[in-house]
Amino acid sequence: MENRFILSPSPHIFSETKTPKIMKDVIIGLLPAAFASIYFFRLRAVILLATCIISCVAFEYIFEKLMKRKTTIGDYSAVVTGILLAFILPPTVPFWICIIGSLVAIILAKQIFGGLGSNIFNPALLGRAMLMAAFPTFLTTWSKPLTLDVITGATPLGLSKFEHILTDYWSLFIGNVPGSLGETSALALILGAIYLFCRKVIDYRIPVAYILTVAIIGFVTNSADPSAYPPPGFHIFTGGLLLGAFFMATDPVTSPVTKKGRWVFGIGCGVITMVIRLWGGLPEGVMYSILLMNAFTPLLNKITRPRRYGT
Amino acid sequence: MIKTFSGGIHPDASKEPTVDKRISPAPLPKRVSIPLLQNTGNPAKVQVKAGDTLLKGQLIGDAESFISSRVHASISGKVIAVEEYINPIYGKTECVFIESDGKDAPYPYKAAPKAIKDLSREDIIDIIKDAGIVGLGGGAFPTHVKLIAAEKKEKYSLIINGAECEPYLTSDHRLMIEKTQEILKGVELLAKASNAENVYIAIEENKLSAIFAMERAIERLTTKIVRLKTKYPQGGEKQLIKAVLNREVPPGKLPLHVGCVVQNVATAYAVYEAVIEGKPLIERCVTLTGSCLRKPGNFLIRIGSILGDVVEECCSGFIRKCSKIILGGPMMGVAHYSLDIPIIKGINGVVFLSEEETEVSEESPCIRCSKCVDVCPVNLIPTDIARAVKKQKKPFLEELNVFDCIECGACSFACPARVPLVQYIKLAKAQMQEK
Repeated sequence: MENRFILSPSPHIFSETKTPKIMKDVIIGLLPAAFASIYFFRLRAVILLATCIISCVAFEYIFEKLMKRKTTIGDYSAVVTGILLAFILPPTVPFWICIIGSLVAIILAKQIFGGLGSNIFNPALLGRAMLMAAFPTFLTTWSKPLTLDVITGATPLGLSKFEHILTDYWSLFIGNVPGSLGETSALALILGAIYLFCRKVIDYRIPVAYILTVAIIGFVTNSADPSAYPPPGFHIFTGGLLLGAFFMATDPVTSPVTKKGRWVFGIGCGVITMVIRLWGGLPEGVMYSILLMNAFTPLLNKITRPRRYGT
Repeated sequence: MIKTFSGGIHPDASKEPTVDKRISPAPLPKRVSIPLLQNTGNPAKVQVKAGDTLLKGQLIGDAESFISSRVHASISGKVIAVEEYINPIYGKTECVFIESDGKDAPYPYKAAPKAIKDLSREDIIDIIKDAGIVGLGGGAFPTHVKLIAAEKKEKYSLIINGAECEPYLTSDHRLMIEKTQEILKGVELLAKASNAENVYIAIEENKLSAIFAMERAIERLTTKIVRLKTKYPQGGEKQLIKAVLNREVPPGKLPLHVGCVVQNVATAYAVYEAVIEGKPLIERCVTLTGSCLRKPGNFLIRIGSILGDVVEECCSGFIRKCSKIILGGPMMGVAHYSLDIPIIKGINGVVFLSEEETEVSEESPCIRCSKCVDVCPVNLIPTDIARAVKKQKKPFLEELNVFDCIECGACSFACPARVPLVQYIKLAKAQMQEK
């Protein structure tokens, strides 16, 4: 029997990392926050997570089938989008909000652009932005954690901005505060982020730049007028900052590919977040800051190209 | 102090199967097929015809144009035919088919008449040209042409490339351990031929036995052994110069522009053989490796030996099904479809991969993870180049310095989406040259 040899261009060996593996690592990194969300928000958490994940995967599958494209749900990116979308919604939203959000995130923010890798904006964030615009009341009704009853309560940022009440750091750290599903527990988010750093899934530059910028602006403003501006630590542990800095701003598709570009991206996110938080109409600015910086990514890529070798 | 360059990857070295195997001469082949093009540049002009009897080392092809190399018979015997045949690297070229007479009778070559110290630079370059020596690290550039360019008015640094950064390959490593004195004499000759003031022998740190052998043997204080961090592609010319001398070769220019001449250790050994023993380039050390072979190892193989014959005679054939034959290393080597190909001057190893070791992946969407940017040793953005090629954006391509790419494959290796980045870059180069 004639032995046939495989012909393909070089290289003939590859690193072990493949896209599904990276996505699975991101999912594992999100698990601590997922468990925290179920602990604090009980059944609502389960419903939101399940609905978002299933809707995202389903919409991707259906759209690709309709457009006669290759099925890509096996790369797990839709699952990641589903988890992140659930994380940035208030636990009180009805399940159909999740479905609409998933439709926007997957089809409008991702597939229309050309699928994974071609989108300009973070799909989950764009989904939330659209929901915020269309259903503002649903997206700003928060509930108290650790109870099955929907008792409305303001988020720590809301309390700070509109009522000048500072929530204690321990509650912020553990997550025993009202907020979006996945943003409340700093501890869980930090644990997940450590996992992602160990697995080399995220680059430290964007989170460090983002968080440091927030801390510095927080420090400066707080020093100037403590009664009007909360301290830097407060800023770091509230809102979706940790969720945004570690899990959303670091989305590789929508952030720069160069090291310098990532520093600028992180600083930009920090500045816009603080401008919105301190002087804008909303208590929270993470979502819009990341979306705005996403728009700058192609420009950042262009102007931060590495020096030409040999020049 | 360990030297290095920026970027690069760390593939599994996979050197265990052959790193401890002494170089053993292959049995005298019964037949050889010697192509007339075995170098970068132009083919040699054939000097023999069917029916001629030859002695080992006899000239069968002469270098007619400037960038060309002489070719010699690697066995004694009779010319069966002179016709076109598959060339493992250069497509299809004219080839001299020789059948052995079993005698291995040598052409009466003479060693250089003078002692090394009496040989002039021109003498040495002439001997190298007559011996048909080309770069044996894989580039196969005619050595005498490289040396001629190192003109007398400049003083150069000679860097001897002992990096052998490709996985699986161990022939250079074994040469450095087993032929240390000879290589050093070859280095001395090359230093004279290239007007070199400083000589560096650069070796990756995973070859400690070679480093120690060299360090023990050097006598001239002007020859320095440089330890390199084990990283691919440290053996690339530009990366070597960057690591050893911290100089970057400007785009489109040669190492000469930064005062360097780079030569492979195996080339240095061939220069020794040519000058001291009067022997032309008719055989070379080749690593035959991979889990498919019964007896992998490092073998001294006659130029023109048929790969299938060598696998049977040196390695006792296959112990499992071989899925891929790679000429060279697995990062930049060329996959081939047949064992009926001759071993030519530039082939420093052949890797036989089994089914389990062969990955054939389909391209999936790029997620902009920037691993390709991180590993590129020449500061390119491979993902942008691939996108520009797909979207046919020529002005964008011009900004991306496509021609700086050394095609090392580090980007494709690192890509989690298995985007064939090197191929897109090669396509970009071709498209831009068409303009």
